[in-house]
Amino acid sequence: MEKKHTSSSYEQELQEVKEGLLQSGALVEEAIGKAVKSLVDGDTELAHAVISGDRRVDEIDIDIEERCIRLLALRQPAATDLRFIATAIKVNGHLERIGDMAVNIAERVVLLNDLPRIKPYVDIPRMADIARKMIRDSLDALVRQDLDLANRVRREDEKVDQLEDQITRELITFMMEDPRRIHPALLIMQVAKNIERISDHAEGIAHMVVFLITGRIVRHARSMGEEAP
Amino acid sequence: MVNREAIIRLENVYFFYERFCALAGVSMDFGANRITALIGPSGCGKSTLLRLLNRMNDLIDGTRVEGRVFFEEQDIYAADADPVEIRRRIGMVFQKPNPFPKTIYKNLVYAPKLVGISKKSELDDLVESSLRQAALWEEVKDILHRSAMTLSGGQQQRLCIARALAMKPDVILMDEPTSALDPISTAKIEELMDELKKRYTIIIVTHNMQQAARISDKTAFFYLGRMIEYTDTSRIFTNPSEKQTEDYITGRFG
Repeated sequence: MEKKHTSSSYEQELQEVKEGLLQSGALVEEAIGKAVKSLVDGDTELAHAVISGDRRVDEIDIDIEERCIRLLALRQPAATDLRFIATAIKVNGHLERIGDMAVNIAERVVLLNDLPRIKPYVDIPRMADIARKMIRDSLDALVRQDLDLANRVRREDEKVDQLEDQITRELITFMMEDPRRIHPALLIMQVAKNIERISDHAEGIAHMVVFLITGRIVRHARSMGEEAP
Repeated sequence: MVNREAIIRLENVYFFYERFCALAGVSMDFGANRITALIGPSGCGKSTLLRLLNRMNDLIDGTRVEGRVFFEEQDIYAADADPVEIRRRIGMVFQKPNPFPKTIYKNLVYAPKLVGISKKSELDDLVESSLRQAALWEEVKDILHRSAMTLSGGQQQRLCIARALAMKPDVILMDEPTSALDPISTAKIEELMDELKKRYTIIIVTHNMQQAARISDKTAFFYLGRMIEYTDTSRIFTNPSEKQTEDYITGRFG
């Protein structure tokens, strides 16, 4: 988008949508970090802060959607601009869901912090770090129109899936050894599941960046027999 | 009925006004029974192109065509081509409604009479079928002998379309046919075009890009006398291949 619109207010409105996405992205990434930190540090207060902090993400969600609908109605965008707004609407939805999942994690942490710790938390922060980086990179790819970076994000999802499998297998052995561990183990599995879902949403953002740049919808590429990114 | 083959074909066409080259090396096909839109900024050559398709530019002194323009495989600029016959088969509708200052009926029978149709019943049938095809019959059937100038702008433009249809053309060229009309009249003309393309081939020049997006099957973008991109309309407006097309349709021009 190096060349600017003849209409500077149009240019400005598109820019504001982009900034809204980046703001939302920064907030949800931070929320995931805090939710996992509240687990590792046993800091229930921090978990509560994550839960209440989601309101801001919801406000931005509505704001971005309203801006996009207004742009569609008033500017009749075409080509890159049309693809950008379609992308923004979907990316916005992904980010909002990620915010909700950070809340889900924080809610499990509140419960977990009241139970005896059954294992050290090593893989969960590792998963969360990858998922957060996926969000950051997918939004970077969006801003810089970087197709390679978007495709790298799409490949990262697999690592998160593998870590979740590993955590699940480990927790199953804990549960078999001692039924008192079932409750915390289930909560930890839910935390892992939520992080895994977050990485799916980050992958979804990367798919939309590919669409933004190329005009191709690659979301179901795998199930449609295309090769991996 | 639906024939997707090219009805008009341009081969490396150049057009000059005196020394000024208005079109440079344009090669393209126009599909039969399709609406093709020509878009581009003022002075890009799109109206020149439209007018050379039925030799309207012949009427301007100092113009010259190079290359070949085929209509149903006949070169319309060949020495033995008949411009009157070409203009009968390739009709034209202009930007401003330009009915003759005569009755509605006379507007429609004027040209058919010139080519020798004189039987009243035949002319009556022609008037009715042309007006019906132009979606104007119901509005004017009781006032056929009133002056065309008493019609609204939108009705006048549909009358001009009916007048073109009365000559039973194969192709209708439209040069900004709705730019002087209000949105409702515009919508009626657009609806009409969609109906007409079942029987005719339509080529339209428009500055209204949403109009091109709404009504055309294919769109060609022109810039500085060259055809920059020509492809399916849905593709041009979602994902054009050329940077210049992209800049123009997204409003990043000039």
